[in-house]
Amino acid sequence: MSIVKKFLYVNRKAPYGTIYAQEALEVVLIGAAFDQDVSMAFLDDGVFQLTKGQDTKEAGLKNFSPTFRALGDYEVTKLYVEQESLDERGLTLDDLQDIQWEDEDDDYAEKPSIIVVSRAGMADVMADQDVILSF
Amino acid sequence: MKFGIVVSEGPYTHQASDSAYNFVKAALATGHEVSRVFFYHDGVNVGTRLSIPPQDDRQIQAQWTALAKEHGLDLVICIAAAQRRGLLDKNEADRQGKDANNIADGFRISGLGQLIEMGIQADRTITFGD
Repeated sequence: MSIVKKFLYVNRKAPYGTIYAQEALEVVLIGAAFDQDVSMAFLDDGVFQLTKGQDTKEAGLKNFSPTFRALGDYEVTKLYVEQESLDERGLTLDDLQDIQWEDEDDDYAEKPSIIVVSRAGMADVMADQDVILSF
Repeated sequence: MKFGIVVSEGPYTHQASDSAYNFVKAALATGHEVSRVFFYHDGVNVGTRLSIPPQDDRQIQAQWTALAKEHGLDLVICIAAAQRRGLLDKNEADRQGKDANNIADGFRISGLGQLIEMGIQADRTITFGD
C-alpha cells in the first residue's frame, strides 16, 4: 500500500480503570505494520499513561506501561504531551518515563520521543493530521 | 465522500452506536459512500445476535443488520476486543473449543488492520464514542 497518511492516536483517559488506553496501544502496535506517519497525543488524564513507576500488582491489572518505551522499535517516535494537562495534574516532564528512539539516519543517536506542546500547539498538531483516532 | 466509521461504545449503555447508525443512514441517503464500520472497545457488543431488547425499544443489532443487507455495508468487529468480551463467530468458536457462537448476520470478525486500512482508504474517518 503506497498511500502514506498522517495518523494521530489521541489518548485522553487514565491508563487503568477503563480499557481505553490498553486497547489504544494495541491499535498503535498493529497499525505500525502499515508504514504510516504515526503520532500519539496525550492530554487530559491521558498524560498519566506515560508516568514512570507504575505498579499495578495490588490492582491485579496488567502493567502495560513498559510498552511505551518500545514504541521507537515500531517507528512511533512522536509522542505529543499537552503542557496544560500536566500542569493541571501537578505533573512535570520528570514524572514521565524517559522514552527514546534511535535515529538510524543520525548514527543511531537516541532521541527523546516525548514532545511537550501547549494546548494551542496541540490544536495545530491535530489540524495537521489526515486520520485521528480518539481513545 | 467516502466515510470510515468507528463505533467504540456499547449498545444501549451509550448513544454512540445509535448516532453512528443515524449518521451512516443519512450519509448513504445523500449519496455518500461508507466503506466500513469498525466496532471496537465495547462497541463490539453491537454485533451479538443474542441480545433481546424490549420490544418497544429500538433494535440496535437488527437495525445494523438490515442496513448492511440493504447497502452491502462492511460491518467489522475487532477480533481482539471481541474475544475479551465473549463474541465469537463459528470459525473462532471451533478454533478456541467453545460451545457456541453469537455473531449476527451482516457482521464479520476481523483484525485491527481493518481499522488502519479503513483510515487509509476513507476520505474521512469518524469515531462515535465517549
